[in-house]
Amino acid sequence: MSIAFLLNGTPVRIEGEAPTRTLLDWLREVRGLTGTKEGCNEGDCGACTVMVTDAEGSKVLNACILFLPQLHGKAVRTVEGISGPKGEMHPVQAAMVAHHGSQCGFCTPGFVVSMAVAHLNGAKDHDDQLAGNLCRCTGYAPIVRAAEAAETEPVPEWMVSDQVAVAGFAAGEAGVFRPSDSDALAEWYVANPDAVLVAGATDVGLWVTKQLRELRPVAFLNGVEDLKGIEVQGGQLHVGACVTISALREAVKDRLPSFGELLRRYASVQVRNAATIGGNIANGSPIGDGPPALIALGATLHLRRGDEMRSMALEDFFLEYRKQDRKPGEFVAGVSFPERAEALRCYKISKRFDQDISAVCGCFNVLVEGGVVTSARIAFGGMAGVPKRATLAEAALVGREWTEASVEAAAEAMAGDFAPLTDMRASAGYRMLTAQNLLRRYFHDLNGVPVSVLEVAP
Amino acid sequence: MSMGKALPHDAAPLHVTGQARYVDDLAVAGALHLAFGLSSVAHGEITGMDLSAVKAAPGVVAVLSAEDLPDMPDCSPSAHDEPLLAVGKVHYVGQPVFLVAAESHLAARKAARLGKITYRELPALLTVDEALAANSRFEQGPVVWAKGDTARAISSAPRVVEGSFEVGGQEHFYLEGQVAACLPQEDGDMVVHSSTQHPTEVQHKVAHALHLPMSAVRVEVRRMGGGFGGKESQGNALAIACAVAARATGRPCRMRYDRDDDMVITGKRHDLRILYRAGVDDQGRILGLEFTHLFRCGWSQDLSLPVADRAMLHADNCYHLPHIRIESHRLKTNTCSATAYRGFGGPQGMVGIERVMDHVAFVVGREPLEVRKANFYRGMERADASGGDVSAKMKGQGSGAEMHLTSRGAAASVGSHDLPTDGRVQTTPYQMPVEDFIGHELVAELERTSDYRARKAEIAAWNARSPVLKRGIALTPVKFGISFTLTWLNQAGALVHVYQDGSVALNHGGTEMGQGLFQKVAQVTASVFGLDVGMVKITATDTGKVPNTSATAASSGSDLNGMAAKAAAETIRGRLAEFIAEKHQVKPAAVKFQDGEVRCAGEVYSWEQVVAWAYQARVSLSSTGFYATPKIVWDRVRGVGRPFFYFAYGAAVTEVVIDRLTGENRILRADLLHDTGTSLNPALDIGQVEGAYVQGAGWLTTEELVWDGKGRLSTHAPSTYKIPACSDRPRDFRVALWGKPNREDAVGKSKAVGEPPFMLGISALYALSDAVAACGDGSGPCLTLAHWRRPWLRIGAWRGW
Repeated sequence: MSIAFLLNGTPVRIEGEAPTRTLLDWLREVRGLTGTKEGCNEGDCGACTVMVTDAEGSKVLNACILFLPQLHGKAVRTVEGISGPKGEMHPVQAAMVAHHGSQCGFCTPGFVVSMAVAHLNGAKDHDDQLAGNLCRCTGYAPIVRAAEAAETEPVPEWMVSDQVAVAGFAAGEAGVFRPSDSDALAEWYVANPDAVLVAGATDVGLWVTKQLRELRPVAFLNGVEDLKGIEVQGGQLHVGACVTISALREAVKDRLPSFGELLRRYASVQVRNAATIGGNIANGSPIGDGPPALIALGATLHLRRGDEMRSMALEDFFLEYRKQDRKPGEFVAGVSFPERAEALRCYKISKRFDQDISAVCGCFNVLVEGGVVTSARIAFGGMAGVPKRATLAEAALVGREWTEASVEAAAEAMAGDFAPLTDMRASAGYRMLTAQNLLRRYFHDLNGVPVSVLEVAP
Repeated sequence: MSMGKALPHDAAPLHVTGQARYVDDLAVAGALHLAFGLSSVAHGEITGMDLSAVKAAPGVVAVLSAEDLPDMPDCSPSAHDEPLLAVGKVHYVGQPVFLVAAESHLAARKAARLGKITYRELPALLTVDEALAANSRFEQGPVVWAKGDTARAISSAPRVVEGSFEVGGQEHFYLEGQVAACLPQEDGDMVVHSSTQHPTEVQHKVAHALHLPMSAVRVEVRRMGGGFGGKESQGNALAIACAVAARATGRPCRMRYDRDDDMVITGKRHDLRILYRAGVDDQGRILGLEFTHLFRCGWSQDLSLPVADRAMLHADNCYHLPHIRIESHRLKTNTCSATAYRGFGGPQGMVGIERVMDHVAFVVGREPLEVRKANFYRGMERADASGGDVSAKMKGQGSGAEMHLTSRGAAASVGSHDLPTDGRVQTTPYQMPVEDFIGHELVAELERTSDYRARKAEIAAWNARSPVLKRGIALTPVKFGISFTLTWLNQAGALVHVYQDGSVALNHGGTEMGQGLFQKVAQVTASVFGLDVGMVKITATDTGKVPNTSATAASSGSDLNGMAAKAAAETIRGRLAEFIAEKHQVKPAAVKFQDGEVRCAGEVYSWEQVVAWAYQARVSLSSTGFYATPKIVWDRVRGVGRPFFYFAYGAAVTEVVIDRLTGENRILRADLLHDTGTSLNPALDIGQVEGAYVQGAGWLTTEELVWDGKGRLSTHAPSTYKIPACSDRPRDFRVALWGKPNREDAVGKSKAVGEPPFMLGISALYALSDAVAACGDGSGPCLTLAHWRRPWLRIGAWRGW
């Protein structure tokens, strides 16, 4: 391995480390940059947040689940580099001091990096920008006050210097398999069908940091440019597998606002910046938030093995718990779905609104013409071993009048669609009743009744 | 004067730039990294242990288990019932069974997974019901404290209200996990860096493990990345493991728990079931009340006895209960050992009586706040201010001091005396006169500033129009007792040096976990000298500088250490005053220290000049200081005395919205009014109040610990255990300090602030209860009532749903 990137403005080259060495461990153990903290080692607390800059711009990522090869050719800025070269405080740092935004101080470096990057990018939706940074001391109010106070301060020049430097930075060969197009990936993967494909590493990262697995061989996909495209054609959005959740959200937030809001709640900014829609699908998790929405939209999945391409309805990809219709050496290349769906509503139920995994995720797309249901696509996460359609409930609606009585009948029918589990997120009974109630919510929602606690003003 | 200024945290510039150092940030050359191999069963006999793969794993230097440590070190802060590594039997899932020392943290973690341990599983007691059935408990039977004739008061009451409910535990989720490092010194001595709230305890336990006198072990704590009670005793095991491994290998050893290990191994807030039976009149006044607390304490005693005691001590909250009986069961189960957590049982006690208030209000058909007020203690302006000096009457009683002198886990008892009774001063269930009750004025002020009544009406109108979403509002008060209930812990020491150049170094027994203690004590010290706080160098807590420290706990940090530092500084100032006064032939009292200057007989000298002269005149510029809290005395066996120097008060109004179809909910607005006396630093105090409220609300809303049927914790990481995130704080958050001086002679007339505002979060629970009640208005009940695990949704039970 020979990984090169800019660290706080200075080029570094790393040889001889395992490709699954995390940036956090390397920073702390090898480089002695201890400002970046380990809080959870799984991408949930944000204490290890760093700024990463490439041609697309600057964004925050969790260093604890970021493998060194993912940084090849990029620029990394840690909390130490958020201060200026002469030790000047960044405006968000000064504001954090002035507004009492730190108490124990352990989460603070992560907050500071998130705030500095939001400041750089002009983002003022602070609750969302900071959703991936946990603080146990302050109750967040002084941190948000600090973020607001810094909004009008100019961006320090050292914060934009990475964008210039990274453009002229020649990283050379990475010394790991890091293809730059999907043809190279396809050829290699057929020859190495047991390999682990690493896109954002928001799940695979935990295989290493929590399950302590040795992964080899590994392919790092973040250089595969032709899988990062989003195209609109014939009323369909064609989304490459390596499109991040952040990029996908940007593409759908105006076209499909409810899907956009679901993607906001998919995870924190740090995770959305890393995670890809292809990874979300290929992972096959029964509680991933992408598939239920895409299935409700009637999405088509595109797979590739070598030079062979095939497509299928997304719901057909998920065979049973953690088993997908994917051949050895075959990978998810992309997904297509309609760019508009007026009736689409996505509801995510979790213990916490932000950076949480769904207990139940219900997505509804019911078309009504002349008061009669002409088509119904209802898909759930968290209700079965796979993302799954509520076919009995759908059948109970199609051809019926769109009335409360029909909805009640469909909710009753839904009891036959699922046999959910009890786990730490919810009981089976809660899941079933909530799934049925989400259909009732959908009915109220389409009728204009307020149904979201997030939209109630104090 | 620097005291009372709203200064930032002293380390804030270091926090925000990443320069603040925590234990794991220390560079320790040649250190080994440790990890525990953990029990996978809740209760069992170890029948075999094959550690060959562990020993053969890359980077492993040493592996220790019970057979290597015939003299097994103990980690307990109380009952000597926590062997460092399991001996023969395991008592919970996650109990350390063996210890790996390796060349890296990752190598140690990987190797620790390779142990092959076989067990003969034994029946595991996982719930309070199972423990009760097996009579598995700490102490011989339940602790019962009573006042008056409760049975008769209830049986003769016009109405009886009864119920029971479960209160969940809480993971501390300090952002910095447990961590320690030990550096072997010459002659067998040991230097310990530990993220602990209780350096003296770590010193004591490490000395005990190594068979060293305490003087041979020095513990240093610069700062913790959060504590919240979770680092009062739970760091012992890591420090002891490092010490034992350092001695065995001769190399420095360091250990930190990966987050999942931390959550599985360490204790949490106690969960419990509360049963209540109240006799009330038609106005909702409580005539007699019985509480039963069923505490799930886990496998070892730890601090469970004083935690459960404090729950009993806060079963009254702000309410005068003339006839009260509290029965407290401390049940021993095969789960992690529940431990100290901000409030230390107080929140559990308080959430019970607040539930009774809501239930009574529902039964008698009155507005809950009116019922609360009808039950308040008599106000201080009406009470006899003298109250009587209880301590004078109870002094000189023997104590049950044993090994763990400095731990709250120590069992203490003193003899009993009847307390003075004065018909005008109402007393608590433990017969302490409530001399300082300000609940009436404070609640009236909050009711006004929060616009409680108008909003309540507005919410009712809104709910009538909203079929799916329902809002709710509640006001709950707080009265929290300040002092360690183990009376002798209420002492502190400090060490102040003034150097030749006038700079000041401050050291004391308190530890910094984010609360701003160091800054507050520095402000107190600077004020004594009339200096800017920037002249005072804050130094790490160090058992080599100030010995015999009490845990920084029970909200006592600034009360105790502030007074000790003040005493030390005043000693030095006294010497300087005497020296200057002699020069001018005036009395020392005529020498004034202000604004960095010393004034005497019309002359003005700089502080630095005076210090330099004093040094040349061979005046000692260093002093210790000591403080012992006055007035307190406590007989825990009988449940009688004055365990607290004073009470801290507060109240909160929380407004919430809930979706009746799913149970989704959020806090819309919170108005807090909290009593910190004359604040030593209003900025730090408001920070404590805001943070504590969100943490308290988190306990009762998003945070949920789930164990499976085998006693395994399912929620062992932030992916599954959800503390409040940024957007969960109240969108409209209004926080104010009451601001009137403490009537007792506490440092600067301030009041302790660490724990009391945690219980302001209880208002969120009862606001949710109010919103749940609104679901019964014909829009249909909360359909998910019986299915969601959160206790607050089950609150609807008494309403017949």
